[in-house]
Amino acid sequence: MATSTAEPASAPGSGRLREISTVQRLLAKPAAGALVIVVFVYIVFAILSVVRGNLAFLTIPGALNFVGVASQVGIIATAVALLMIAGEFDLSVGSMVGFAGIMIGICVTIWGLPIWLSILIAMALSTGLGAINGLIVVRTGLPSFIVTLATLNIIAGLSSVLTSSVTNITFISIDRAKITADPLGTIFSWKLSFVFDGATSDLFVSVVFWLAIAVLGAYVLGRTKAGNWISGVGGSPAAARNLGVPVARVKIALFMSTAFSASILATLQSMQFASADIKRGGGYELTAITMAVIGGCLLTGGYGSVAGTALGALALGMAGQGIVFASINADWYLIALGTLLLAAVILNNWIRRRFAGLR
Amino acid sequence: MTMSPAAGGLAPSSTAERGARKPLLEARNISKYFGAVVALEGVSLTVRAGEINCLLGDNGAGKSTLIKTLSGVHPPDDGTLAVDGEPVTFSSPRDALNAGIATVYQDLSVMPLMSISRNFFLGNEPTIGFGPFRRFDSGKAATIAREEMHNIGIDVRDTDQLVGTLSGGERQTLAIARAEYFGARVLILDEPTSALGVKESAFVLRHAIAARNKGLGVIFITHNVQHALPIGDSFTILTRGRSGGTYRRGELTAEQLHGLMGGGSELEELQADLEMLARREEAGEDVPTVPLGVDPDAVPLGDEPPAP
Repeated sequence: MATSTAEPASAPGSGRLREISTVQRLLAKPAAGALVIVVFVYIVFAILSVVRGNLAFLTIPGALNFVGVASQVGIIATAVALLMIAGEFDLSVGSMVGFAGIMIGICVTIWGLPIWLSILIAMALSTGLGAINGLIVVRTGLPSFIVTLATLNIIAGLSSVLTSSVTNITFISIDRAKITADPLGTIFSWKLSFVFDGATSDLFVSVVFWLAIAVLGAYVLGRTKAGNWISGVGGSPAAARNLGVPVARVKIALFMSTAFSASILATLQSMQFASADIKRGGGYELTAITMAVIGGCLLTGGYGSVAGTALGALALGMAGQGIVFASINADWYLIALGTLLLAAVILNNWIRRRFAGLR
Repeated sequence: MTMSPAAGGLAPSSTAERGARKPLLEARNISKYFGAVVALEGVSLTVRAGEINCLLGDNGAGKSTLIKTLSGVHPPDDGTLAVDGEPVTFSSPRDALNAGIATVYQDLSVMPLMSISRNFFLGNEPTIGFGPFRRFDSGKAATIAREEMHNIGIDVRDTDQLVGTLSGGERQTLAIARAEYFGARVLILDEPTSALGVKESAFVLRHAIAARNKGLGVIFITHNVQHALPIGDSFTILTRGRSGGTYRRGELTAEQLHGLMGGGSELEELQADLEMLARREEAGEDVPTVPLGVDPDAVPLGDEPPAP
């Protein structure tokens, strides 16, 4: 505050700002920490694969493999990140994946509906449940963590009740011939196969969906009016409301988008595996939040990055498959995941203080 | 409730001066109840273009409830609001904003984790493009935000800088500049200086005066008489939800204002103690570290009605 003695019109500058370099400016972005984490994880597993004598991690098929794994939860992580930036959680996405998949299975095998119609019905129902999540949170003012913890269980139970009442099993097979003959089925089961040294490896369409959703999410957050509202709603709902932002509408739309993205993932999985299983998606809710946090999103809302979240998904995909390639006991994955999360939070916190100038 | 003889209305001396200026916003006999609690009863307040009306009261006097009523957050249970002399009803803060009444809340005005330009345009974003390609015009937002911040005396090199890096006074002035830019005619400042240091308070007070000089009506809420006296054109006192009268500039001294706010006797006693201690110190006597006469635990400031 150096201006208190100056005439306002002459504006000599607040005297507290200094010129900063481009590097510092980049480090001030919320995704900076996630980028550091991705590079770090890659280097660690590159070294591990050399040490363990299995170079699969460093090959193109290896990369296709971990990108495919990253894309799965990565598809819901974008919407989960946007919702977190708006200050809310959606734990129900985990059981929403199983619910949407089983709805497709029931529509196709029990009711004999075409694949494309079944997919649209499952997506509509999931998005509707997302709207109910949002309405409950907005109307009651209860923490969304609790509300969606409740609906996580309710939706999981609903899936079980539905499947057991019509099939008596929790797994429904879908005829692969039907999928390949259906326009939406073809899109959602599409893959690009490469042959390397006689072995085929696939680039699944889920990777395309993951990247497309991340680009769309980053565009919405960074370049649109709605994105400004999302940050504002998370920063302070009361202040955003006073400034004329439709807080309730923003939140409900975001709960719908998390549910919708869960139904996209469910469709991809059921088309790829030609089956539906109510167990699918279990635990994804916390993995998606982990990705968002690695990506620089604050649990308290108001701050975060979609690009960072995509990088967070990539880091977890690399860690998960890197452990497999290095022939390390898979139990180590959870240790790696927890360590990464902790390291990322500490790093992001430090970057925020050091480079974004926040105390 | 004891009142000084001047309480209950404006002094006749200022009638001619006021006649030239039409009230922008009037609250007439506003009452507001929360269950059995009387938050406000029969409170009136007038703000004219080019005037600063200081709303003074101790904590719990009803200042916040009154401004929430004026800014459309709470509808009044009784009494009317009038803009330009016409009775109005606000059902949301948006209605009040559309009528040109902007409120800058103490801590709720800006988002520390958003950039300066995004804060400036939150809820009023400029856009370019059409249909699905309509997007936030960040270039325009940055240019306008930089210009407006410059006009109020804060030079921002990078409008992408987070508001959390600004000082408290700068955040308040950002909120004031934003309200002015979006066409506020009445600016309600809710305790803008209560969390600020001396220099920063001066900075914010200067902007309240600048807004008045531009022809805005300003309602300045504070419990700090030292901040209110130099800038106020009129002073409305609130004690325990009831009006303690409205006074013109120069009609009352700081001591009288304190008295009306309900904390006068305590402050006088404290002053007397301090003067006595200073005399004893000069005389070379031992000075106790706790002032005599007042038991700090026994006298909650402002809980007593003013001495008659």
